[in-house]
Amino acid sequence: MAGELSLSRARLEAPFVRKVEELSGQNPYACYQCGKCAAGCLFAEHMDLLPNQVIRLLQLGDEAVLQAKAPWVCASCLACTVRCPKGVDIARIMEALRQMALRQGLSPVQFHLDREYPQIALVGAYRKVTP
Amino acid sequence: MDEVEVKAQPKTGMVTVYIMGQAYRVPAGLTILKALEYAGFRLVRGVGCRGGFCGACATVYRLPGDYRLYADLACQTTVKDGMYLAMLPSTPAERRPYDIRKAKPRGETLLALYPELARCVACNTCTKSCPQKLEVMEAVQAALRGDVAKVAELTFDCLSCGLCTMRCPAEIPHYHVWQLARRLYGAYLAPKAEHLARRVEEIAAGKFDGELDRLVRLGKEELRELYKAREIEPE
Amino acid sequence: MERILYFPGCALKDQARGYEEASLAALAKLGYEVKELPRWNCCGTVYSLAQDELMRHVGPVRNLIRAQEEGADEILTLCSMCYNTLRRSARFVEDPESLRRINAFMDDEPDYRGGVEVVHLVQFLEEIGVEKLARAVVRPLHGLRLAAYYGCTLLRPKEVAVDHPDRPEILERLVSTLGAEPVLFPERVECCGAYLTVPRPDIVRERVGEILRSAGLAGAQALLTACPLCKFNLEERRPLGAPRIPVFYVGEALAWALGVREIPAEIGKLLSTGVTG
Repeated sequence: MAGELSLSRARLEAPFVRKVEELSGQNPYACYQCGKCAAGCLFAEHMDLLPNQVIRLLQLGDEAVLQAKAPWVCASCLACTVRCPKGVDIARIMEALRQMALRQGLSPVQFHLDREYPQIALVGAYRKVTP
Repeated sequence: MDEVEVKAQPKTGMVTVYIMGQAYRVPAGLTILKALEYAGFRLVRGVGCRGGFCGACATVYRLPGDYRLYADLACQTTVKDGMYLAMLPSTPAERRPYDIRKAKPRGETLLALYPELARCVACNTCTKSCPQKLEVMEAVQAALRGDVAKVAELTFDCLSCGLCTMRCPAEIPHYHVWQLARRLYGAYLAPKAEHLARRVEEIAAGKFDGELDRLVRLGKEELRELYKAREIEPE
Repeated sequence: MERILYFPGCALKDQARGYEEASLAALAKLGYEVKELPRWNCCGTVYSLAQDELMRHVGPVRNLIRAQEEGADEILTLCSMCYNTLRRSARFVEDPESLRRINAFMDDEPDYRGGVEVVHLVQFLEEIGVEKLARAVVRPLHGLRLAAYYGCTLLRPKEVAVDHPDRPEILERLVSTLGAEPVLFPERVECCGAYLTVPRPDIVRERVGEILRSAGLAGAQALLTACPLCKFNLEERRPLGAPRIPVFYVGEALAWALGVREIPAEIGKLLSTGVTG
């Protein structure tokens, strides 16, 4: 995150924000930072950025959000999605951020196939976090 | 399925094929394999039995006016006018090590060695690219639901040509999985052949030793006569 | 006998086979002939949340085409993940342009025309109605404190929720109908960590600990689920010290009460009637 905040039109219209909007179908500017998503998120304690902070960085056009680990801890449980008073589907924004890395062949997530897993776990894990 | 109109193919005379981007005139009616050799290619890899059994000559091609990428064996497919083609002399795919005596004939075994099976999106590209017309996607699905016997049954005629493996967006090394499934089936699930066990015992007990010794001592001519006069099983 | 077309899903043919057998036996007892789709493929288990990932809908839509070929306008699911992905894909292709592109991609299949609805067992039972179900109960589960663990995929997103996403009662109604005592607990609609069990078992272990402690404090003697992945996590990722609460599938409890499956000893001893088998 930037220590000093300088806003500009170019920054607010950054192509990566447009890409997140396009992939997620969501408008990050609809968020008014109430924090309900973060309050109800069961995985927030493992995130480097809270869900509302992820949205905030998008609102500010801060590219640091692309390096965030939070989307890779999100389990797409949609608790935030059904509770957002502004109708922002935050889980879709998390998915868009994952997809932007995966489509470059990147994933920060390591697999530990330390045991036999049922197909239902593997299908989910492969689809969500492998390029 | 949309029918694509392909222009009438000449049965005699010469046709033009594009091999790795270069145009060649070759006689109509040749197989792709023979056309390659006619065009001057000397095939040392990517060719084997020439009879459609070994799976070495995997080839992909397109036809004019048709978006589809076809996959077939070069020895089993005749050239068509305007065909664009390239051979796949080998498919890079790792065969994961296992000990068949310790492996269990269950879905977990397939998934543990080839977890990428779980990446299947059911696009069916594998089935469409199989020169043997196997239901390849159904086999992936059977593997996912742990039905080893079904996998073995569906892939019995797999030649390991690798075409499905090259086309799979989920990067599954199909033919290695199928081989594992068939081995598990053979080792644990298929009914045991009792007559085979009996015959092995007979061999071990030396029942055929005398006859073998006699054969070993025979001259070439005697052997030839014996071979000609051999008992042939009725059709 | 009324006929209903059924989509099993991979888990129901593998580690959750008991869920299928119990559910099908119970539905037969209730007068339904359940016909499995002659061919089907993996639902994908996790619905893609990206707008442009049409490929992720190909598998689900292929299954809907199979149902269409059978002349059905409804398919029954038992696994809540299958229910979720199939139903959401069915919703997704209500958009004509998306459907056109998916049909064009699947040039090896007849076009999907839309209109196949995906229903989950708990919705199907709700349709049958409490009265009819109650009449079919021959071994009421009196005295058993049974807690429904909904997890995510039966409730979220709202468009496919089988009941209110935060305050559902549909499974508690079923539990009551079967004669058991429904137990509400705070974690009943919260995620177990799902597929994170592969890359982040540490997080899932924490989640499962929370869920089991929450259910234990509420006095649950057994948990009910419709999700094979929840069951895997609840059983295989239980942290040390968390209460050991047995987990059963919805269809299993149904089959016990309808008398078509034996009640396991660990449950039988909890019943006030003390009846087992």
